[in-house]
Amino acid sequence: MALLNLHLKVWRQTGTQPGHFQDIEAPEIPDHASFLEMMDIVNERLIRAGQDPVAFDHDCREGICGMCSMTINGMAHGPERGTTTCQLHMRKFRTGDTIWVEPFRARAFPVVKDLMVDRSAFDRIMKAGGYVSVRTGAAPEANEIPVGKEIADAAMDAAACIGCGACVASCKNASAMLYVSAKAGQLNTLPQGHAEKDRRTLAMVRQMDAEGFGNCTNQYECEAACPKEISVRWIAKLNRDYAVASVKELVGAGRQQSQAGE
Amino acid sequence: MKLDSKIPSGPMAEKWSRHKQDSKLINPKNKRKYSIIVVGSGLAGAAAAASLSELGYKVKCFCFQDSPRRAHSIAAQGGINAAKNYQNDGDSVHRLFYDTVKGGDFRAREANVHRLAEVSVNIIDQCVAQGVPFAREYGGGLANRSFGGAQVSRTFYARGQTGQQLLLGAYSALSKEIARGGVEMHTRTEMLDLVVADGETKGIITRNLVTGKVEAHAADTVLLCTGGYGNVFFLSTNAMGCNVTATWRAHRRGATFANPCYTQIHPTCIPVSGDYQSKLTLMSESLRNDGRVWVPKKAEDCGKPASQIPEADRDYFLERKYPSFGNLAPRDISSRAAKEACDDGRGVGPGGRGVYLDFSEAINEFGENVIKERYGNLFDMYERITGESAYKQPMRIYPAVHYTMGGLWVDYNLMSNLSGLHVLGEANFSDHGANRLGASALMQGLADGYFVIPTTVANYLVTQKPGAVTTAHPAFKEALEAANGRINQLLNVKGKRTVDSFHRELGLLVWDKCGMGRNRAGLEEALRRIPEIRAEFWENVLVPGSGSVANPELEKAGRVADFMEFAELLCRDALDREESCGGHFREEHQFPDGEAKRDDENFCYVSAYEYSGDLSKPILHKEPLTFEEVHLTLRSYK
Amino acid sequence: MSSLQDSLSRFYASSIGKKLLVALSGLALIGFVLGHMIGNLLIFAGPDAINEYGHMLHTMGHGGLIWVARLGLLAAVVVHIVATIHLTRQNKAARKDAYGKEATRVASSASRIMIFSGLTILAFVIYHLLHFTVRVGNEYNNPALYTAMLDGQPVHNVYKMVIDGFSWAPASVFYIIAVALLCNHLSHGFASLFQTLGLATNKTWPLFQKAGHAFALLILIGNCSIPIAIWLFGYGR
Ligand SMILES: Cc1cc2nc3c(=O)[nH]c(=O)nc-3n(C[C@H](O)[C@H](O)[C@H](O)COP(=O)(O)OP(=O)(O)OC[C@H]3O[C@@H](n4cnc5c(N)ncnc54)[C@H](O)[C@@H]3O)c2cc1C
Ligand code: HEM
Ligand code: SF4
Ligand code: FES
Repeated sequence: MALLNLHLKVWRQTGTQPGHFQDIEAPEIPDHASFLEMMDIVNERLIRAGQDPVAFDHDCREGICGMCSMTINGMAHGPERGTTTCQLHMRKFRTGDTIWVEPFRARAFPVVKDLMVDRSAFDRIMKAGGYVSVRTGAAPEANEIPVGKEIADAAMDAAACIGCGACVASCKNASAMLYVSAKAGQLNTLPQGHAEKDRRTLAMVRQMDAEGFGNCTNQYECEAACPKEISVRWIAKLNRDYAVASVKELVGAGRQQSQAGE
Repeated sequence: MKLDSKIPSGPMAEKWSRHKQDSKLINPKNKRKYSIIVVGSGLAGAAAAASLSELGYKVKCFCFQDSPRRAHSIAAQGGINAAKNYQNDGDSVHRLFYDTVKGGDFRAREANVHRLAEVSVNIIDQCVAQGVPFAREYGGGLANRSFGGAQVSRTFYARGQTGQQLLLGAYSALSKEIARGGVEMHTRTEMLDLVVADGETKGIITRNLVTGKVEAHAADTVLLCTGGYGNVFFLSTNAMGCNVTATWRAHRRGATFANPCYTQIHPTCIPVSGDYQSKLTLMSESLRNDGRVWVPKKAEDCGKPASQIPEADRDYFLERKYPSFGNLAPRDISSRAAKEACDDGRGVGPGGRGVYLDFSEAINEFGENVIKERYGNLFDMYERITGESAYKQPMRIYPAVHYTMGGLWVDYNLMSNLSGLHVLGEANFSDHGANRLGASALMQGLADGYFVIPTTVANYLVTQKPGAVTTAHPAFKEALEAANGRINQLLNVKGKRTVDSFHRELGLLVWDKCGMGRNRAGLEEALRRIPEIRAEFWENVLVPGSGSVANPELEKAGRVADFMEFAELLCRDALDREESCGGHFREEHQFPDGEAKRDDENFCYVSAYEYSGDLSKPILHKEPLTFEEVHLTLRSYK
Repeated sequence: MSSLQDSLSRFYASSIGKKLLVALSGLALIGFVLGHMIGNLLIFAGPDAINEYGHMLHTMGHGGLIWVARLGLLAAVVVHIVATIHLTRQNKAARKDAYGKEATRVASSASRIMIFSGLTILAFVIYHLLHFTVRVGNEYNNPALYTAMLDGQPVHNVYKMVIDGFSWAPASVFYIIAVALLCNHLSHGFASLFQTLGLATNKTWPLFQKAGHAFALLILIGNCSIPIAIWLFGYGR
């Protein structure tokens, strides 16, 4: 196992106060360690030296909870494709490297502290329509509605999203389209989600806009950064679903019945 | 104290339906007046919060992560069991019930397990309706696979992400209820204490992890759905934030803690690679469907590359010892077998703590593509972590702490001995006995949250006047002061050692003495050492920063402080239980061939500990276990 | 009625709504760019061909159709520009603080300068309209100089105007730069619009991308061939 000597440039910030980069030397880092374990080592040293350790979000360290969130050398989750920060290992770096470590930057993701950001905007988008309105206990027998393997697989592709926000962080416009399209796309693809498709699509997109994310310019930086490699074709689907839902809303389709009495 | 399990009378198969019949109802208008605190947003918590809100209760839900979707349930890979018998392979509610009781080494309550098996089928229906993308067959029906410890295919799965998909389903239901106004969600909020007012559980004390504000919340009942305590071992497959704080604080307020020594070691984890390691990573058990476990027959072969060890010199020890289950033997058994091989000096990889999980035969038989389709993401994960490709050489695996069967004691209504405190999911002790079968924790969390608590919580609530106790009650003031006091105490030690260094020291000790194999001498040593480490912690820990901002070190310190106390109870229970059962293996109690030796005569009970005020002198209460349906037998997987 | 207005304004206010308008107006402009190029290439078929074409455009539907086309184009241009400027400003605002270290993995450089290529095209279009359509600062409107006979009828001598126009080096250079930027704009924009309209799938996307590059190249070669032939090779002079 080799040891690496690294120079870090780490973003330090407390709440809404202006932040800055701190230069931190990180000598003798085992190359088998994960990126977060490297940060653990750095923090232990900072604490022992009486300094403030670097705050960052993490939990599962298995690449599934979506909590970890660092922009490493300008790339959300770092240079390895399809990999979260916690699953990135130091053997991807060389001794002597300078590594920039920044938070996931977006207006809609305000910095909490150092590398921790507030991604509650994602929860509010889900709240706007990211569900099937079925009550507990009101479900039909599971095999009653057959779902073709292709459809189920496609829905699963979208459902793999871990809600990390790397798509937003890597997008030149801090757009959340990949996330929203994956979330809406999963449910819009499955028969279970069909009844609420239009309402869901409109509501989720509107909430996304209200949160202050940017707009998609079809550059696909999101897909390249996404640890689950969610395809940008989900964005195409969201665009289509949104267009259809908007036109229906525009002409009032589906409302004739209820308004017939007016 | 008498522990009344409140098991309904009647035949096993009718207990739950009778209990539902007999449970109290609250009319919709009155439900709105009751408020419920749900701590935790994992499968158990999210399912409970959503379902209770649908019923009309006012729910406040808490989690320490930044979103309910990140609860540790998200990490479950393998699958969820249900007695659907879609495969027509002879499965039934009774068989799932039987397998679970046997898998738990006859240390679980029959009635609870039967209920679990009954509602398992509803869970799948519910999740499918929510849009959970379970694996399907071409015809459009749901697919199944088999899992350790079962001879039928009853496990439903969603690639390697079953936990995430189920949790996203529950989270979507929760989101729907948050939108409707039925649930008030508090993220990045950690529960620090439980508030018991005049003998009834009426609230919690929390700390806002962003602002540092310590606050009191009152409600008519409290549900703890805070997961397991596996991180007492420092290295485990649990997420970094998993903690015992919520349940431990409840214990200190009077809730009995049951069977803490029942901890599960998962056989297929990636071995430790160095002392910087922060956690261990599980490789789904499903890998054992196609992988064969072996070590070299001769210790001197261990240094050689696997490819240079001829077939004849390999010891496929699971197949050899357990011919009928082979590589699919239950977790505790497989883990112990791996430990034995390594103790025998035949372990592979750095430090000799690893065994091979070999796919070469499956790759030859089905082709690399098929294996890639089945396990591609796991192989990728393995390669990212170890830098080795499991297509080219066998994986190295070693057991690691994974799940904790013990937890707060609850009755059939999921209520603790502490009136008004309900405990769901991994946080309670109820359904898995001394060992949990694969794909059963997800089932239990969702069963508790979706189907059990919505019925049983009313039995308690009808005895309460809604809103009777508010945060103005002196019990809240006392608890607030205590919580603030602890925070200040932690910050003011200003010692020399980091929180992690203490956690690591404690974890290593507990793993060493109270891990896969336990014996009296080791446990006694641990019981001597733990109070010393704890004392040093309070004198020498260094927690930087202040309590009034986001301070992850302070959060960790609080959790580790509770692990320090809990670890003692864990070892004490392990010492007290002079038998081997399930995940609890006392080296003194084994058959000559190394199999666990249960002692039904003397230990067929649940150990429930009451806090006495002295950490070293908990009061043991015993709930005897009686078996009507299942005959106590030697648990053999040969 | 007001509910329809409501829906419309919500549509425009939304990110995807604006994007869809950009894509549709972009599609209209692509159609125009293609038609306009084909028409212009008639210059190589000699004076009569292009003069007749010019005359035809002006007399279609008793001279009304060209105004319909112009208004349609104007609407497309206005929608395209207003919406893209809106989008671009929102996009800048969405990343309040820039990264200390920027990295780009896959975004093409064309996609990153859409607003600059677009605005330069706009500047050129204005100049181009003043030059050849309104014809200010030149003599192209002088019937004495720019009249040709077509089937015994006097018509505007488009051929001579174009030859004279591109004989002046700065005009040719500006034209070529603008067309190059248009090519750049389309190398991203063409395929992109299919993604925006929701027509791209994993199977069709590579096709759209190839078609986009081919189309952009076609526009580049087709359009630039005119000033290059005239200015550098003296065609028609
Ligand atoms: C790697 C791995 C793989 C697994 N695979 C499987 C599998 O394939 N099949 C299976 O059946 N089981 C599996 N399990 C086990 C299963 O995932 C868990 O037992 C189960 O998900 C626990 O759910 P829960 O709702 O009880 O708790 P958790 O999901 O752990 O949720 C705990 C919740 O409580 C909150 N919380 C905790 N403490 C506090 C506090 N002090 N204050 C406020 N909030 C708090 C957390 O924020 C979280 O929301 C696996 C476990 C692991 C570790
Ligand atoms: C003949 C002229 C033009 C043509 C043919 C054209 C064509 C297109 C097309 C096809 C797109 C892609 C739409 C999509 O992604 O869905 C586009 C995008 C864009 N255009 Fe134009 N355009 C022209 C002029 C302009 C002008 C004058 C501007 C100046 C403001 C401009 C600015 C932009 C911008 C900024 C985008 C990117 C918008 C986004 O992706 O969000 N374009 N254009
Ligand atoms: S789409 Fe990908 S990058 Fe975006 S939140 Fe989901 S997993 Fe993260
Ligand atoms: S810490 Fe969970 S995905 Fe990285």
